[in-house]
Amino acid sequence: MPSTSATGATADAAEVERFEQLAEDWWNPAGHMALLHRLNPLRVGYIRDQLIWELAQKLQGVQPLKGFRLLDVGCGGGLLSEPLARLGASVTGIDEAQDLITVARAHAATQNLAIEYRQDSVENLISTTEKFDTVISMEVVEHVVNPAAFVSACANLVAPQGKLIMATINRTGKSFALAILGAEYLLRWVPVGTHQWQKFVKPSELARALRSVDFMIDDLSGVALNPLSREWRLTRDTSVNYMITAGRY
Amino acid sequence: MTIPETGQRDRLHPWCSMAGDAPDLPLSNALQSALETDVLIVGGGMVGLTLAISLAQVGVRSVVVERAERAQITAAEFDGRATAIAFAPYQMLQAIGAWPGLAPHAQAINEIRVSDGRLGAQPQRRVAPLFLHFDHHKLGDEPFGFMVENRHIQTGLWSAAQQRPEITLCAPARIEDLTCSAGGVRATIFEPDNTPAGSTNSAVGHCVQARLVVGADGRNSTVRAAAEIGCNVGSYDQTAIVATVAHERAHGGIAEEFFLPAGPFAILPLADLPDGTHRSSLVWTETTATAKSMLALGATAFQNHMAERFGDHLGDVVIAGPRWSYPLGYLQADRYVDEHLALVGDAAHGIHPIAGQGLNLGLRDVAALAEVLADGVRLGMDLGSAPLLNRYQRWRRFDGLVLLAATDGLNRLFSNDVTLLRWARDLGLAAVNRAPRLKRFFMRHARGTVGAMPRLLKGEAL
Repeated sequence: MPSTSATGATADAAEVERFEQLAEDWWNPAGHMALLHRLNPLRVGYIRDQLIWELAQKLQGVQPLKGFRLLDVGCGGGLLSEPLARLGASVTGIDEAQDLITVARAHAATQNLAIEYRQDSVENLISTTEKFDTVISMEVVEHVVNPAAFVSACANLVAPQGKLIMATINRTGKSFALAILGAEYLLRWVPVGTHQWQKFVKPSELARALRSVDFMIDDLSGVALNPLSREWRLTRDTSVNYMITAGRY
Repeated sequence: MTIPETGQRDRLHPWCSMAGDAPDLPLSNALQSALETDVLIVGGGMVGLTLAISLAQVGVRSVVVERAERAQITAAEFDGRATAIAFAPYQMLQAIGAWPGLAPHAQAINEIRVSDGRLGAQPQRRVAPLFLHFDHHKLGDEPFGFMVENRHIQTGLWSAAQQRPEITLCAPARIEDLTCSAGGVRATIFEPDNTPAGSTNSAVGHCVQARLVVGADGRNSTVRAAAEIGCNVGSYDQTAIVATVAHERAHGGIAEEFFLPAGPFAILPLADLPDGTHRSSLVWTETTATAKSMLALGATAFQNHMAERFGDHLGDVVIAGPRWSYPLGYLQADRYVDEHLALVGDAAHGIHPIAGQGLNLGLRDVAALAEVLADGVRLGMDLGSAPLLNRYQRWRRFDGLVLLAATDGLNRLFSNDVTLLRWARDLGLAAVNRAPRLKRFFMRHARGTVGAMPRLLKGEAL
């Protein structure tokens, strides 16, 4: 497997390089990352709702995540780290791609947000004693070399009573038709080669990996894209995109 | 930061004008302190204040910059107008806790009578027999809306805003060097220097940083100009003469609008004075040339012209207080949003007052923008980001255009004395009066309970 000493065992150097090329365009809501920009509010809402159960607190608007130490694994240019930091969480973002960390730092500075971005891998973080209340890793596990090892590494960084929240794409015929043929080749919503269908992860596989490190599944939700409005919504159907929350109890 | 030319400052702010060879702004005073906020609202009028109070409900901080001195705005001589607050915006003011301050001065509108009028010899022929009558009981127990004098709305909203720790009010003050970029909004707020050391001409500058700037600064919006947003403007060659009248009999909460050939003549019920005086607000539209000569008339002659149009259904009627005049025009901004910038109220659109919808349109902007921003803040979004602002524009711009077109059309249809058109519109009014479904449609519009309603307009929390 093409990995260097600088990158962790589960990262794929070719994938890292491909995403580095998108760095410049990362924060352009109409660029290559347009679909991700549109998905972002839904993801943030999901994370917030998984972490906070009291409706009143959620609706207050002012920093409901205050006090949460949160790790964003594969943070990219910081699309997810920034809103979570605005909601009050103290966020650490890590990514293997140095260019993306540079973009993330520069963007956070324009927003007056204190986010700690590091070019690092989950494997390296384990060697420190740092633990997080919540570890999130969205649209990352389908890009790594060994998903089970990656899940286990992420789980390792979760503090007792903490949660691990992941998002990825299911390996089904429908996901091949929609995410690969549709989104990449037909509609060009996503750059061709962004995803490899073989690397998509079934919810059962993710759940097995989580249970093997003594996590319990709190929630499994599907995410669907309306092709006309290009609006995302939560659904029960997990056959394409989905999000999973697991807790260390 | 650059200090602007003196000329521009003079024009904007009399208190800051430089006398003779007085030195330029004292630079040492500028940037005395920096202010960091979420939303910078330029314009502390009814629309800007309502937005600030709405945003405070969800913890969004704002700085409101108003050019005029408070004492001036709330003086009876400054603004003679009264405003119809439709039922939906009334529910919004209730929801944000601002209504109690206005309630003592509010007069409920229970009925609306619309008729085609003509200045004729016989008084009984002045009003066409066919007229449109809207009774609020046909739609439920709630009134169509409320009439409140502008200065009372201002005072009520201002004190409601003062009670919110999330709101910083700056008045009199002006904004300069506004820049909006991906990094957010920066500007300098200049306030008169009231410290003993400050001369009467000097100003203190504060640097302000925000995520979003909202132009709530009226038709001649400086925010719109700073963003170089063009607009479609025009004049109706009509001038509204506004005055408060006292009359012998109680109005019973009835609003009346006669369509006279020069333009609408509206009698809008005001709350009785503590001494029991019955009052109404008069909005009398004339061609600009006629209005000029009317306004030049002496008190008695003016009173007679008014009484001739007013009729005697409320008994003796006298002008109580000064007369004001406002030239009528329309305005539609090319865009309601820009990078980290949004326009609300008259800065985005101005319409003919024929349907009394101007402020309501502005408050609907506020309700929509507040909802978009509240949803955004709960998802940790940048309040000035394009997805939020585009949602606001999609939501509001169409409504603004529709009302502009509708009021423009109504004005063209009614402000003339073409016999055929008179017959057509009289028949039209009578037809609407006899078609219950159509009538309910117009009544809902008068109340403002139409379209995709923002939560606040339904009286719900943000």
